[in-house]
Amino acid sequence: MNTEIEEKLDSQKYLEMDLLRFTTAGSVDDGKSTLIGRLLYDSKAIFEDQMDAIEEVSNRKGKGYVDLSLLTDGLRAEREQGITIDVAYRYFATPKRKFIISDTPGHIQYTRNMVTGASTANLAIILVDARKGVIEQTCRHSFIASLLQIKHVVVCINKMDLVDFKQEVFDKIQQDYKDFASKLSIPDIRFIPISALLGDNVVDRSENMSWYEGSTLLHTLENVNISSDQNFVDARFPVQYVIRPQSDEFHDFRGYAGRVEGGVFKPGDEVIALPSGFNAKIKTIETIDGQLDEAFPPMSVTITLDREIDISRGDMLVKPNNQPQNSQDVELMICWLNEKKLVPNGKYVIRHTTKEARCIVKEVRYKMNINTLHRVEDDTTIGLNDIGRILIRTTAPLFYDSYTKNRFTGSVILIDEFTNETVGAGMII
Amino acid sequence: MASYNLTHLKQLEAEAIFIMREVAAQFEKPVLLFSGGKDSIVMVRLAQKAFAPAKIPFPLMHIDTGHNFVEALEFRDDMVKKIGANLIVRYVQDSIDQGRAQDEKGPNPSRNGLQTITLLDALEEFKFDAAFGGGRRDEEKARAKERFFSHRDEFGQWDPKNQRPELWNLFNGRKNPGEHFRVFPLSNWTEMDVWQYIASEKMEIPNLYFTHKREVVVRDGALLAKSDFITLLNGEKYEERIVRFRTVGDMTCTGAVESTADNLDDIIQEVASARQTERGTRADDKRSEAAMEDRKKQGYF
Ligand SMILES: Nc1nc2c(ncn2[C@@H]2O[C@H](COP(=O)(O)OP(=O)(O)O)[C@@H](O)[C@H]2O)c(=O)[nH]1
Ligand SMILES: [Mg+2]
Repeated sequence: MNTEIEEKLDSQKYLEMDLLRFTTAGSVDDGKSTLIGRLLYDSKAIFEDQMDAIEEVSNRKGKGYVDLSLLTDGLRAEREQGITIDVAYRYFATPKRKFIISDTPGHIQYTRNMVTGASTANLAIILVDARKGVIEQTCRHSFIASLLQIKHVVVCINKMDLVDFKQEVFDKIQQDYKDFASKLSIPDIRFIPISALLGDNVVDRSENMSWYEGSTLLHTLENVNISSDQNFVDARFPVQYVIRPQSDEFHDFRGYAGRVEGGVFKPGDEVIALPSGFNAKIKTIETIDGQLDEAFPPMSVTITLDREIDISRGDMLVKPNNQPQNSQDVELMICWLNEKKLVPNGKYVIRHTTKEARCIVKEVRYKMNINTLHRVEDDTTIGLNDIGRILIRTTAPLFYDSYTKNRFTGSVILIDEFTNETVGAGMII
Repeated sequence: MASYNLTHLKQLEAEAIFIMREVAAQFEKPVLLFSGGKDSIVMVRLAQKAFAPAKIPFPLMHIDTGHNFVEALEFRDDMVKKIGANLIVRYVQDSIDQGRAQDEKGPNPSRNGLQTITLLDALEEFKFDAAFGGGRRDEEKARAKERFFSHRDEFGQWDPKNQRPELWNLFNGRKNPGEHFRVFPLSNWTEMDVWQYIASEKMEIPNLYFTHKREVVVRDGALLAKSDFITLLNGEKYEERIVRFRTVGDMTCTGAVESTADNLDDIIQEVASARQTERGTRADDKRSEAAMEDRKKQGYF
C-alpha cells in the first residue's frame, strides 16, 4: 500500500491536503488499538524504531505476533495493565489528507475521555465485535457521538475473521444498529466489515469478503466530505485579545484578535459588538502576510474597525441582522468529568468562547441513562461520567448559539472554583 | 461553500496562533522556550503572526546546557537581533557550580535531565506562569497524551493520570499561586508538517540541518559529533562523514544522519522516506521504554 509515499513526495500536493479529525470508540478488546496500529502501519506512519520497540515488548510478553496495540498504549500504567486509560492522539497522512486520531478507551468509567475526544472530531469510528453484535456500549458510544454532533459515523464490524467472514453476520449487525440509531441524530452512518488484525478492508480490499461492495475504511476516511460541516452562515467572532502595538509606526493601531467561529467576515461588513451593542464597519482583516479579503472558520485573524469603540476579550463581533442568543439563564446537556459530583445550587467558573464568568446550577432536570437513552428523573445526582440536563444562571450574559447550530459558540466548560479542575463539559440546548 | 476550505497546514497554524493568544490573555507572565532548533524557530514565527503588528508580548528563554552546537547558538543570537525579541539565557553550568545539579558520569554524559533543574529555577526566578514548548505529540508515546495546556504543580511535576480534559476550543489555564503551565501549540504537528511549514514560509534554519562534513564517532549505532564533551572509548575514533542533523539538541546525545540533503526539498524527501523517528537519533530516549514519561513527570518538557 501507499506506493505514493515510496515515490517522490509531492510537496505541492502536501500543501493542499486537508485535515480530518476522528475518534475511535468501542468496548475493551473490540480491537481499537489494533485498528489504529494497522492504519498507522499500513500508511507507513510507523517508524522502524517504534516497530522495533513494540516487537521487542511483544516478544518479551510471549505474544506470537507483533501486538500493534502497543503503539498507542503509551503510558507505563497502560502498558502494564494492557489497557488504554487516557486520550492519546495519533497522526498519519496519505497523499489526500492528514488525519488526527483521538484514541479513547471504551469502559464506562471513561465516558469523559470519549466526550473529550469527540468534541473536536469530524468523524467517529465505532467498533463492534462481529461475535457480539450491537451491545450496550455500542449504544452508549453512538449516543455520545450524536450528542457531541459528530456528523459522520463509520461502524466497523471487526473480527470478521472469527465469524468466517459471513455476510449474514454483517447484515444482522447493520440492521440492529440502524434500528437503534434511528433515535439519534447522526446524518451520515456507514458500515464496513473488517479484520483489524489481518487488515481486511482497512487499507486494502478484503479477498475474503467479495460480497462487500463498499469502500475500505481508509478510502472512506480519505473521501468523506466534511467541508459543509462547519457553520459558514452565522458570523461569530469572539474577541480573544486586543492588539495595540504602541509603536511609532502603528501608533493608532487597535486590532481585535480571535478565531472566526462561524460565518464569513469581509472588509466593509457592518458588525455589532456584544455586549455594548455599538456598530462599526470592518476596516481590514490583518495577518502578518498581508490583508485578507475574507475570514472564515477556523481562521485566526486580527480585525480592525473603522471607528474606535470599547471592545475587550470576551466580547463578540457579529452581524446586526444575525445575532446570537443573549441570556444569563442557559440550559445545557452536561457531561460530568470529575470525581467530585455536581453540587446542586453549586457555584462554578464557566468558560464560554473567550469569556469567563461564574454560574450557579439552578436545577438538574434529569439524568440520562446512556445505555438505554431513557431519562432518569428520580435520581438527579450527576457524578463522574454522567450526562444530564441542567439549568444554570450566569453572572454575566452569554452570547451563544445552540450546540446543534454551532459547536464552538454552543459549548461551555465548568471549572471548580477551588481545585481549578475542569469538571463539566456542557452543550447548550 | 466549497471555497471555504483551509488546508491542513493553515488549520494547524490557526490552531497554534489561537493557543498563543489564549496564553497571552490568560496568563500574567508567559515565556517562550527557545532552543535554536527547528520547532522553536517555528514557534517564534507563529508568535510573530499571532501578535503582529505588535511585537511578541513575552520574552524568549534558552536553557543553555553548555553542550550546545555553536551553530545553534549563533543562529539564536542572530534571530533574536533580527526580530527584536527579548532573550533570557540561563546556564546548566551555573546550576552545577551552585551545587544544585551534578553532571552524569560516563563517556557521553547527558545534561538533559539537569536542564530541568535550571529550567524550574529560572521559571521561579522570573515568576513565569506559562512556558511555551515546541513539543509535538508525534514525537514520542508519552507526549501523545500531553495536553495543549499542561498543568504543573508547585514542583513543576506532570501527573499524566490527572490531566485536565480539553474540549473544543476551551482551554483552562486557572491555577494556584506557585503552579505553572507548559503549553504546546505544536501538539498536532508532525515532523513533516514542521518541515513543510518551514519551506512554505521560506524560513531560515541553522545550517546544521543541511548536509556538511563533520567528524563523528559511531557509538551504539548513533553518529555523535566530535566535541569536548565526549570521551572516546577503547578502539573508537573520529572519522569524517557527510552528515546533517534531524534534530538539534545536546551534542552528547544528538546523533547525525548521513545525508547529502542541501535544501529543504531534499530534506522533505528524506523525512518522507525515513524509517526512524527523529527521536530515534537521540540517545536520551533509548535509555528505557518509559524514559520520556519519567523525565516529564519530573518537570522536563
Ligand atoms: N481475530 C481477531 N482478533 C483481533 C482483531 N482485532 C483485534 N483483535 C484482538 O483482540 C484483542 C484486543 O485488541 P485491542 O486492539 O487491544 O482492543 P482495544 O481494547 O479495543 O484497544 C487483541 O488480542 C487483538 O489481537 C481481529 O480483527 N481479528
Ligand atoms: Mg486499546
